[in-house]
Amino acid sequence: MNAAARRLPVDDAPLLEAERLALQVGERWLCCEFSLSLAAGECLVLLGPNGAGKTTLLHTLAGLRAPSVGQVRIGGLPYAAWPALEAARFRGLLTQQQPDPFAAGVLETVLVGRHPHLGRWGWEGAEDVAIARRALEAVGLADFAQRDVQTLSGGERQRVAIATLLTQAPRLFLLDEPLNHLDLHHQIAALDLFQRLVREDGAGRGSVLVLHDINLAARYADHVILLDGRGGVIAGDRDAVLCAELLSQAFGHPLQRIEHGGRAVFLPD
Amino acid sequence: MSAVALRGESRVSPAMRRRRSPLAIAAVLLAAAAAALVWALVAGDLPVTVAEVLSALSGGDGLSASVIRELRLPRAVAAFACGGLLATAGALMQVLLRNPLADPYILGISGGAAVAALGAITLGAATFWVDASAFAGALAAMLVVFGLAHGDGSWTQTRLLLTGVIVAAGCGAAVSLMLVLAPDTRVMSMLFWMMGDASAAARPWPALLLLGLALGAVMPFARDLNVLARGELSARALGVRVSHLRAALYVLASLLTASAVTLVGSVGFVGLIVPHLVRLVLGNDQRVLIPAAALAGGTLLTLADTAARTVMAPQQLPVGVLTALIGVPVFLFLLSRSPRSAR
Repeated sequence: MNAAARRLPVDDAPLLEAERLALQVGERWLCCEFSLSLAAGECLVLLGPNGAGKTTLLHTLAGLRAPSVGQVRIGGLPYAAWPALEAARFRGLLTQQQPDPFAAGVLETVLVGRHPHLGRWGWEGAEDVAIARRALEAVGLADFAQRDVQTLSGGERQRVAIATLLTQAPRLFLLDEPLNHLDLHHQIAALDLFQRLVREDGAGRGSVLVLHDINLAARYADHVILLDGRGGVIAGDRDAVLCAELLSQAFGHPLQRIEHGGRAVFLPD
Repeated sequence: MSAVALRGESRVSPAMRRRRSPLAIAAVLLAAAAAALVWALVAGDLPVTVAEVLSALSGGDGLSASVIRELRLPRAVAAFACGGLLATAGALMQVLLRNPLADPYILGISGGAAVAALGAITLGAATFWVDASAFAGALAAMLVVFGLAHGDGSWTQTRLLLTGVIVAAGCGAAVSLMLVLAPDTRVMSMLFWMMGDASAAARPWPALLLLGLALGAVMPFARDLNVLARGELSARALGVRVSHLRAALYVLASLLTASAVTLVGSVGFVGLIVPHLVRLVLGNDQRVLIPAAALAGGTLLTLADTAARTVMAPQQLPVGVLTALIGVPVFLFLLSRSPRSAR
């Protein structure tokens, strides 16, 4: 570690900040200027109809796409100030698709998450393998270490991707539709897992999730950003954004809010 | 639970089933390469012993020593270097395009070389100028494909692949045209150039040096290639500088292919099948795969070239035919033993 690396991240800075951010794809504005700040221990959910720009926004927050207007900072510094590997130890992205053109073992695939932690000539050691095995255990795939990823079901493959992200061990989790292909049990298990990691005292972790299920968003989010697909952005605390009127407008379908067991539930008409 | 465990057993990946130490793999492959080279020096019309080979290599005199040093050694080195270059280029192309069907020629490098070389043969150029034209043609094809695929600033695999395949098809048509229009006296040398001929290899040592340098340049980035093979987006999120890495991969794989084609010709099969052979046995970790493919490719082409000049002597067979005749059964045997197709 050199001196420049040691000052990353800035002490006490929020995990993730977006300042006056606006995104444009071609001629179309996906979202007008807005700002956000995510502190350690918090979960932000991105909601919106298909094609509203949730993934584009997430990739921008991950530093993989330059914002059209404004700036994104992680740990108090813009991505340009982070060496790529340092940034990869701070924030991790779960992508929507995991292409597997070649056969590979599950453990071998999960170990790829250690890449930013190893030196140029480094090989994964016993400690890395232990981290990867713990990650597989956390997603219920402890018995799958020797399997070939090309033989897995969609849900199993998705859990391998989650385990790879856990093996990467970033502080900021950026999850693009983490519940893809998962059955109900594993949906809740995955969300509980990330909630536990984020709420862990002193770990300094946070998460941003793209979700389609409004009720799961209502259950796990601290903050919500709602993209309406026409360039409008509503960002704020969960209870301020998740109201029937705003959601109905954004999704173009009437919704009702029902109180059940102390929780808000949204039902489509 | 036992059902899950059983299912897990039956579908393990090759790499996991037989994890071997990289040193043991290197020892086996180096021994095979040495054995192939010794056979290439011993075999032929003039029978020589291994002792004579050793004495020739350490500077001995006599007919057998000069046959070994001036005929068999350059040819064996040319075949070894060409096989190693093609197998390495194939492994790199498969990662670059994330496509198991990619081979060194898929992006039109050999097509460009063939058009230029056949053009030079048509004009009656000397061997040196045919080689120089082939190399220049390969580099021209590389620049054209790269420029066109890169045209709008975004270069996806599909765009690169399509551009390369189209340029290769265009070159193929030009080659057919030249073969039809060429005078009969030139057609034979054109065909031999295209099928690959290690006996004409003029300068094998620089190619071997290039292979060593290329491996030295790739190995520090081999783990980055493992990450890249699993998707561009995840690779970028894991801190890999994907655009630099892909451009470097493309240029390096093209240079290796251009050198191999210039040295021996467009030998088929080695660049596609050797990386797969190695992958079936050792798995897809590029840190093992790339050097292993270089050694295995060199060994295969040395064996094939020696067989090509000895099995029907004095008739010489095209070496590309022999690589396929040796490689296909070996590949099918390994494939039938791999767990997924066995059940």
